[in-house]
Amino acid sequence: MAFASVEYIMRDVPYGWLIRYIHSTGATAFFVVVYLHMFRGLMYGSFKKPRELVWLFGMFIYLALMAEAFMGYLLPWGQMSYWGAQVIISLFGALPIIGDPLTLWIRGDYVVSGATLNRFFALHVVALPLVILGLVVAHIIALHEVGSNNPEGVEIKKHKDENGIPLDGIPFHPYYSVKDIVGVVVFLIFFSLVLFFAPEGGGYLLEHANFVPSDPLKTPPHIAPVWYFTPFYAILRAVPDKLMGVMAMGGAIVVLFLLPWIDQCKVKSIRYRGMSFKILLAAFSVSFVVLGWLGMQPATPELTLLARIFSVVYFGFFIALYFTSKNEATKPVPERITK
Amino acid sequence: MMNYFGKKILTVILVTFSGLVMAAGGGFPLDKAPVDLHDKESLKRGAVAFANNCLSCHAASYMRYNRIGADLGMTDIEVSEQLISTRDAAGEKTKPGQLMKIAMNNDYSKIAFGLKIPDLSVIARARGADWLYTYLRTFHIDDSRPTGMNNMVFADVGMPHVLWDKQGLQKAVYTTEMGEDGNEHHKFEKMEMVQAGSMSTEEYDAFVGDLVNYLVYMAEPIQVERRSLGVKVVIFLVFFAVIAYLLKKEYWKDIH
Repeated sequence: MAFASVEYIMRDVPYGWLIRYIHSTGATAFFVVVYLHMFRGLMYGSFKKPRELVWLFGMFIYLALMAEAFMGYLLPWGQMSYWGAQVIISLFGALPIIGDPLTLWIRGDYVVSGATLNRFFALHVVALPLVILGLVVAHIIALHEVGSNNPEGVEIKKHKDENGIPLDGIPFHPYYSVKDIVGVVVFLIFFSLVLFFAPEGGGYLLEHANFVPSDPLKTPPHIAPVWYFTPFYAILRAVPDKLMGVMAMGGAIVVLFLLPWIDQCKVKSIRYRGMSFKILLAAFSVSFVVLGWLGMQPATPELTLLARIFSVVYFGFFIALYFTSKNEATKPVPERITK
Repeated sequence: MMNYFGKKILTVILVTFSGLVMAAGGGFPLDKAPVDLHDKESLKRGAVAFANNCLSCHAASYMRYNRIGADLGMTDIEVSEQLISTRDAAGEKTKPGQLMKIAMNNDYSKIAFGLKIPDLSVIARARGADWLYTYLRTFHIDDSRPTGMNNMVFADVGMPHVLWDKQGLQKAVYTTEMGEDGNEHHKFEKMEMVQAGSMSTEEYDAFVGDLVNYLVYMAEPIQVERRSLGVKVVIFLVFFAVIAYLLKKEYWKDIH
């Protein structure tokens, strides 16, 4: 049984507990850095021309990562694993005509069962990591073609010396390799603080209900996904109709793919962009965090209303950006990187 | 007429609802459990209490007997004498290296108690120490229940009050207040001892405290070592971060 196998790793395998906590804390840490990375891209316009492809590959990585995390979460086979998977898979059932056969095909059974566990294990351990690996390679190749963006939003490949070396650039090694060591170590400090001192994350990273083995006959009173999915879960619950809710949730992710074409401002970096963008980005960030919090709470009428308001803010960001970005009052962008 | 029925329906809903809230036992204040994983004597007493009182209906089938011995400083002989009381099919006494399993099977427990009795290996991580500490101390007489007992934090619980001979039998005393909404509210006031047990209240609290301390330990036997390793790792990383930063500064000093 999968549940017993996790406890075996926690108790009888030497340092199995360390590996297990690195894995469970790592899932959260992965999403923390991915969200920070995406937010930086938003701030400095790294998704914009000529880096649309970089952004698209990045979004596909994000999508694959969500699938990876979702399938991995079933594997400890606790109550929250089981019922979380039940809820999310049943969402596909909202699709007209293909809904029911599709959920059956995903589960491989009429309920979440051993068949589902086995296929999710295979997908989590082999298939999706390979997909993510391939996408990361594509992400980096696409980046290498155009070069990295910078907080100034200056294209460093515009000015090169006679040997074709960008005048505004510095080599990745040693400059960024030594700089990244600092970043990695600082990250590891925070990571270790959670890993060694609060691996359960107050019940948010390893939920209390997930220390009860899965039981198809007993639904836990409160089912919520792990924090990195909750903004989208809040949008799903904010819509009264199930199919429309699923579409809104899907739309919340799809719209991110379209960002390079929604934002039509020529200026990349927030440093030289107008006030309207700064306000919109702030509103968007707030809505994402609030929706994330709401997705963890039980759905009371007041909180549902709040979720509706912030769902509107979330989508409103993209709509308002589309209309304001064309004629945004921007500041002049420097031609070269100076001090 | 309509109004009259309306009120009646509302009353029924309110009464039903308040009944549900009480049945769910939600909001009963939890007492703070005296958890101290460095207190090995308390953990040993808790382990013995667990083996003697819990480990015949409840298994702890992810935990090995000799792990307790290794962590709490007990020899295999002590572990065998103080903690093990089961035998295998051949009549051989369970070895200290084996898992803390029990003789009762699920089919029997379903007949006797109507459910699969939960394994307690990780129960402290599922329920929390304070919940367990309060749960084991708030069984009270309730003649409407098949076991004659009910519980404050786990309403209509199937488990009988197996520690009654130690705690004694207590009765919940409620006060009735007229609420602002014009309905009567029952509010829990205190527990009243009806029949004394073999322990005083203080002794029983300490006994349950040791037991819960042990359950917290058993749910994650590595946790003391985890924290002490964590301190070393973080100190190393902070030291490394300083050096990494100085190296970065050295490389970058030429960049303008």
